[in-house]
Amino acid sequence: MDLFEYQAKELFAEYGVPVPKDKVADTAEDAREITAAYAAEGTPQVVVKAQVKTGGRGKAGGVKLADGPVDAYEKAQRILGMDIKGHTVHKVLIAEATDIKAEYYLSFLLDRANRTFMSICSVEGGVEIEEVAHSNPGAIARIPVSPLTGVDHAKALEIIKAGRIPDEAAEQAALLAERLWAMFTDEDATLVEVNPMVLTPDGRVLALDGKVTLDDNAAYRQDHGRFADASATDPIEARAKEKHLNYVKLEGEVGIIGNGAGLVMSTLDVVAYAGEQFGGIRPANFLDIGGGASAEVMANGLEIVLSDPSVRSVFVNVFGGITACDAVANGIVSAVALLTERGEEVNLPIVVRLDGNRAAEGRAILQEANLPVVEQVDTMDGAARRAAELAAAAPAKGA
Amino acid sequence: MAIFLTAESRILVQGITGSEGRKHGARMLAAGSKVVGGTNPRKAGQTVELNGTEIPVFGTVADTMAATGADVSVVFVPETGTKTAVLEAIDAEIPLCIVITEGIPVHDTAEFWAYACEKGNKTRIVGPNCPGIASPGKSNAGIIPADITSEGRIGLVSKSGTLTYQMMYELRDIGFSTAVGIGGDPIIGTTHIDCLRAFEEDPETSAIVMIGEIGGDAEERAAAFIEQNVTKPVVGYVAGFTAPEGKTMGHAGAIISGSSGTAQAKKEALEKAAVRVGKTPSETAALVRDIMRTR
Repeated sequence: MDLFEYQAKELFAEYGVPVPKDKVADTAEDAREITAAYAAEGTPQVVVKAQVKTGGRGKAGGVKLADGPVDAYEKAQRILGMDIKGHTVHKVLIAEATDIKAEYYLSFLLDRANRTFMSICSVEGGVEIEEVAHSNPGAIARIPVSPLTGVDHAKALEIIKAGRIPDEAAEQAALLAERLWAMFTDEDATLVEVNPMVLTPDGRVLALDGKVTLDDNAAYRQDHGRFADASATDPIEARAKEKHLNYVKLEGEVGIIGNGAGLVMSTLDVVAYAGEQFGGIRPANFLDIGGGASAEVMANGLEIVLSDPSVRSVFVNVFGGITACDAVANGIVSAVALLTERGEEVNLPIVVRLDGNRAAEGRAILQEANLPVVEQVDTMDGAARRAAELAAAAPAKGA
Repeated sequence: MAIFLTAESRILVQGITGSEGRKHGARMLAAGSKVVGGTNPRKAGQTVELNGTEIPVFGTVADTMAATGADVSVVFVPETGTKTAVLEAIDAEIPLCIVITEGIPVHDTAEFWAYACEKGNKTRIVGPNCPGIASPGKSNAGIIPADITSEGRIGLVSKSGTLTYQMMYELRDIGFSTAVGIGGDPIIGTTHIDCLRAFEEDPETSAIVMIGEIGGDAEERAAAFIEQNVTKPVVGYVAGFTAPEGKTMGHAGAIISGSSGTAQAKKEALEKAAVRVGKTPSETAALVRDIMRTR
């Protein structure tokens, strides 16, 4: 899970990573009040920052300096509701403006290639780190960090020195790095980034902006639910999650249900290839029902997929490994009955491909049930083609 | 011969008394694997009945190895205890440790991998979040269904479980020397390259199938390795061409961030290394069939 800047900075503050005074606002009125309070404390200059989980906010006009409460109100009003690379701005962060003497870069992250952790540190922060990496690779230090020994003060200094952070900032930057590492490990993060890490004219080192990614697999031992973002989650994805289904909404017309992440990902590809011959029909979702595939899981899955108004046909692609295809077939039959019982009659075509363990038995069950909406095709490629064809032939919903 | 797992392999199950451990322990036995024992620190001295055979339960991996001569561990311990279980297997210096458990925090995997390295890599780790290893007709360690394929001369290495099964099934008439499910997590113990090297050296393997998916650059590095080191024909398949950027598709590792890690980039890298890449699983199987006709 990626965090918003304001959430990242909440965590920074918890771990003693110094950040400028700031507060998040949902409305322009809140922005005005927060700034008024800061002005009363003697700091009327603030930065109004769009809270979106994407880069390039500044260039899109999502970060503005404001002088006093009225100006902050106006800037917030302009930024709230703005669309930045497909992300709508629902919140702005009001941060006390900071005088900057120098901007640096510091992060800890997972180094997949070397199967360990790594710190990246550079005296050239503030701008896109990728750009610096391209134009001046020597200015960026990559230091491996062992999960066994971690980052103590000596290691933190090694990182800071490798990044050529000047002496006047080194001690404080090293302290910041130590605390950032503590946060990285204690919170099960896969990325913590401070960009820019700034030196102020009065000699303080602060995290001016932050990016944090948390490991979803660690949810069982972390209190990360508090960072969940209801506004950004697709409503169908949210309902699927409640039913413990592994569902991702995509833009397309063929609803997909399958077992196993790799097979379902492959199914999306095969449907997209087949769809090229039918005017660009695409898969509408990713849904992995996993092993087992009981009638209830199948019913929940079908219900979720069919609740997407852009779906015009459904492709159920199951390879029976441990899962037995006759159980899956029974699941489909019961699912259709269950949905009819619930008053959500299934009237879209469902193309089913069963292969592997007990496939013949599964096919026989579907044959016998003789459901008018279900059509069986023996191969994955053939079934994908048929599902795309049916989606292309179906009238759009509401037509 | 096969790779990593042979007819002589003696398997212990970490977490043998849990529901997954029991279920798959029984399936492994039924497939002809030598399952010789299991661990549960709280149930040492007891036995577990699998398919009518009483399997002894020990407190530790080291005890199981000493008593039974086990040289392979299959880990079914839930994610909350997996790190401890794998650290114990490494301390016992068991030659092969296959971690089936999914949903392990990556900090835990990073730690046990670093520990294995520090101990001189005496334990080969496969996984986590993988279906295990099957050497058809010889032994089966993990959750790969034993009856979907036959013994033969194709070597298979894959990030994905169900795509592994699909491929083994489609090519069941030709058969496999060994299929290794390496798992799709961001950090894994045994890589595509490790398996490619072992298959290249294995006299019982004539051709190699490599199944990858989006995320990371393991396929690109495997392609570079193939170009330099692999003389046997390799056929590839990559899943995830239609996966959108920044979304996780079930496997923690199957996420694209930035420009690297796309299916297209992986396909191009493999083709540059003279690997024939199938557009769909069926097309991939057909390519393998074509190659095996002449071998």
